[in-house]
Amino acid sequence: MTTEQITSAIREFILGRYPELELRDDEDIFRLGFVNSLFAMELVLFIESHFQLSIPNEELALDGFRTVDAMAALVERTATSGVAAKG
Amino acid sequence: MTDTPATSPFTRERFRAFADTEIAPHAAEFDREQRIPTELVKRLAAEGFLGAVLPTEAGGPGMDMVTFGVLHEEVGRACSSVRSLLTVHSMVAFAVNRWGTAEQRAAWLPGLADGTALGAFCLTEPGAGSDAGRIAATAERTGGGFVINGTKKWITAGQTADVYLVFAKAPNGMSAFLVDRATPGLRVKPLHDIMGTRGSMLAELEFRDCEVGSRALLGPEGMGLSLVGTGALDIGRYSVACGSVGISQACVEACAAHTARRVAGSAPLREHQLIRRMLSDMVTGLEAGRLLCRRAGALKDEGDPATVMATWTAKYFASTAAVSAASDAVQIHGASGFGAGAAVGRYYRDAKVMEIIEGSSQIQQLTIAEQAFQAAAGPRPSRSAAEEKVR
Repeated sequence: MTTEQITSAIREFILGRYPELELRDDEDIFRLGFVNSLFAMELVLFIESHFQLSIPNEELALDGFRTVDAMAALVERTATSGVAAKG
Repeated sequence: MTDTPATSPFTRERFRAFADTEIAPHAAEFDREQRIPTELVKRLAAEGFLGAVLPTEAGGPGMDMVTFGVLHEEVGRACSSVRSLLTVHSMVAFAVNRWGTAEQRAAWLPGLADGTALGAFCLTEPGAGSDAGRIAATAERTGGGFVINGTKKWITAGQTADVYLVFAKAPNGMSAFLVDRATPGLRVKPLHDIMGTRGSMLAELEFRDCEVGSRALLGPEGMGLSLVGTGALDIGRYSVACGSVGISQACVEACAAHTARRVAGSAPLREHQLIRRMLSDMVTGLEAGRLLCRRAGALKDEGDPATVMATWTAKYFASTAAVSAASDAVQIHGASGFGAGAAVGRYYRDAKVMEIIEGSSQIQQLTIAEQAFQAAAGPRPSRSAAEEKVR
């Protein structure tokens, strides 16, 4: 999966839940103010189920979820690390 | 429609048989004595029910979430206090398994799986419940870890738990900690004479300069609520939703039996049309709640993020339906339902708290409505997508 495909999937998920949002891939979603704890959990679930991986604890910092780009980078790091892939 | 996998050793029939023999006959006593006997906890553990949320590699039975929901429904049908013990224990076990380090998992999961260590979830405070952002407990950094100060209240199983999942404000934000009961500075005060789920052994916990090592921190510092708390509460909310369905089921069964026996005028109560109306509403709420729970559970099993809101909806509906069913059940039983020791009276008292815990009905109304507004807004291309189109 290319970076663009990953980015696109994450963006689509966010906009699927918040259709009115205008969001750049480098925009801080926490600063935009729409992210609550429920949506943070949905994001983690989405990333893990859609990309078939388990995000390791050390990757669970807020910064990894701050922007679409950051989440895409997290997906790529986790996928390539090999240790976190779901069986 | 079957609700547990055909090949699973865990079936509704098995749960129901256990609940009918080991729990239901003693539920009134648990309510009266305000405690659940250690022997029953051991039997729940031996059946694999206590660590039901844990996968086999963590020492659990590897139960899928739909089956987990059926278990909590059947236990909840028999006794909400026992179900509440399963709820909070499952929340802690889930959180340790999901967010714990290898060391934390090794330290706590075997005990949480086999019942030698009971867990309790400590979020609520005298001044903070649904608005968890108002939590006042603090966790200040020391050289080797954190010092926790604050008070937690209405902590289910707090009287007997061995490990507490505690939420407190750390320097980098709200964080979650696994606190051993034996930690100096932690004082457990039993709370008695609550209205419902009286056997759930509530406690107030006082943390006074309670020092824990950095290894007590569960999940990243600052993400205690957004990840650990929210994830555990999702499991708790699901359990409460399923337990509410169990209460509705118990009400239907009690009323079907009572209305066949009790004669009013020249006919059994069940021949009266107004009684039938109450029963039909009760059954409809029960079945609809069960379907919502099943959907939430199936989405959990698929890892679908839609489970989060599906669980909110299930809990909101099922808890409201349980209160309505229990209220009508008392009404149908008349004075005998209002008397001391009446099962339907207990269902009524137990049902009410389901509208309060794991997110009050009002918080759920706000959240569900907000999602409806978002969904109704319709899709709009993101700036990035629009920019791509131009390129």
